[in-house]
Amino acid sequence: MRPRTDWLAHFVLILGCVLFVAPLWMAFAGSTQSAGAIARGQMSLLPNLSGLGVYGDVLVHGGPGVGPVWHMLLISASMAIAIAVGKIVISVLSAYAVAFFRFPFRMAAFWMIFLTLMLPVEVRIIPTYTVMSDLGLINTFPGLTVPLIASATATLLFRQTFTAIPDELMEAARMDGAGPWRFLKDIVIPVSAANLAALFVIEFVYGWNQFLWPLLVAANPNLDTIVIGIVKMIGIDNAIEWNKVMATAVLALLPPVGVVLLMQRWFVKGLTEGDK
Amino acid sequence: MERRTIFPGWTLPALLLLPQLVISFIFFYWPAAQAIWSSLTREDPFGLSAQFVGLENFADLFADPLYVATIWRTLFFCAAVAALSLGIALLLASFADREIRARGFYRTMLIWPYAIASAMAAVLWILLLHPQIGMLGRALVRAGLNWDYQLNGAQALLMVIIASAWKQISYNFIFLLAGLQSIPKTVIEAARMDGAKGFHRFRTIILPLLMPTVYFLVVVNLVYAAFDAFGTIWALTQGGPGKSTETLVVKVYRDGVVNLDLGSSAAQSVVLMAGVILLTALQFRFLGKKTTS
Repeated sequence: MRPRTDWLAHFVLILGCVLFVAPLWMAFAGSTQSAGAIARGQMSLLPNLSGLGVYGDVLVHGGPGVGPVWHMLLISASMAIAIAVGKIVISVLSAYAVAFFRFPFRMAAFWMIFLTLMLPVEVRIIPTYTVMSDLGLINTFPGLTVPLIASATATLLFRQTFTAIPDELMEAARMDGAGPWRFLKDIVIPVSAANLAALFVIEFVYGWNQFLWPLLVAANPNLDTIVIGIVKMIGIDNAIEWNKVMATAVLALLPPVGVVLLMQRWFVKGLTEGDK
Repeated sequence: MERRTIFPGWTLPALLLLPQLVISFIFFYWPAAQAIWSSLTREDPFGLSAQFVGLENFADLFADPLYVATIWRTLFFCAAVAALSLGIALLLASFADREIRARGFYRTMLIWPYAIASAMAAVLWILLLHPQIGMLGRALVRAGLNWDYQLNGAQALLMVIIASAWKQISYNFIFLLAGLQSIPKTVIEAARMDGAKGFHRFRTIILPLLMPTVYFLVVVNLVYAAFDAFGTIWALTQGGPGKSTETLVVKVYRDGVVNLDLGSSAAQSVVLMAGVILLTALQFRFLGKKTTS
């Protein structure tokens, strides 16, 4: 249809790619060079392959101001998975109740879940801290995760998906004698698989990228996530070992980027078809 | 759309809803109510009793020129982030929508940055723009600019705007590309036959059809800049130097958590609550338009 190469489009898009790849490449190239050279401003854009040992070093020993990176990655991964799975489970259950049952205060319950959207942690910061501390959740792993698994967006998305399941399917299932659990397990979950996958990616990234919440409720260095850790690394006044900072940055980016790339197709569909 | 067939009973659905409702109540509604209550009260100096003072805390807040300055700074920051991020994303999406070779590759390369945390965006931009170690930062210094975002407020503000907008490009790109792809090819073909070309076609045919998505994204970006960009600002400048990058959320965190000024922090929380309710209401208005059009 268009035999001529669209040079302008290629030019703009390559520039766009560079905008995102260049910082990442710079972090990778820098991570393999000596801290002294970087501090003197003598960083090269070519990685020094003999410097790759820094990755093993930060994974096992950490860097100034933080513990070993493997431990922070483990906390981040556990947190991201706990939040993603938790959000999906309780949202599927609530959306299922709202979509397939009729009971008093059904819409009131739905609105109560929906309106949490308007109460991000920033607007209730001190009282939330007080509640967390009254419940003994400060500096605990459940404290890091459980309060974040309520999800208005996931509930909304699942309700929308479940409402689109045709009545005929439900009638057929009931004629076969399927109760609510069988119907959920054998019909509703399988037909919503694409949404589940998309939401897993969105919520995994959400959990991995949390910053204000761990900053607020987990001062204990044993609960440092990788994002908190790297901000601590650049926050110390002097003796920042930039190669270690850059290696940690690369390691912190790999898991969420990997999840997005692996599940790109479902993720994009789920994101744009849902609300957020 | 109402279902004709439903399951009977109400105990099971109540149990299914319970976990979500309990978490919402304990960690969302109860603290929010507390914030509203303490914004209307004042504790005595020893913290022994609280007295109802009506809107006095709010009157104090808005009489404070520093707070009013922070409101304006936040509005400027949000507008700049939304405009920059949406502008670049729109440019990239409109080219990625063309039928060119390797477009799948380009799309992937512009989608992965969705995974970057706000605080990580700050770290990556520090590595680029640090006056001593960053390549761009050093280039700016060599070019004779007095570049040091740790000392110069305007430069610091520029840097948090760039880092925050950069992080949000990918999200906007995903939505704008989906919006462009949902425009029927027949419409574009008809415009082509009528001789509408290039930018003219984009402005008169494509952009109007894309506007519902753009409105929706404007609100999402404002919410992002006002709230989620906290990670970028805190990691980059902590609101400094001075107060030059302090937004409302940075201030509520600093006054409440760092300086433990609870009365003012509660009133600030309630002001933010009003803001987020307004923005969310707008967002769902546009969302409704987006899905029905």
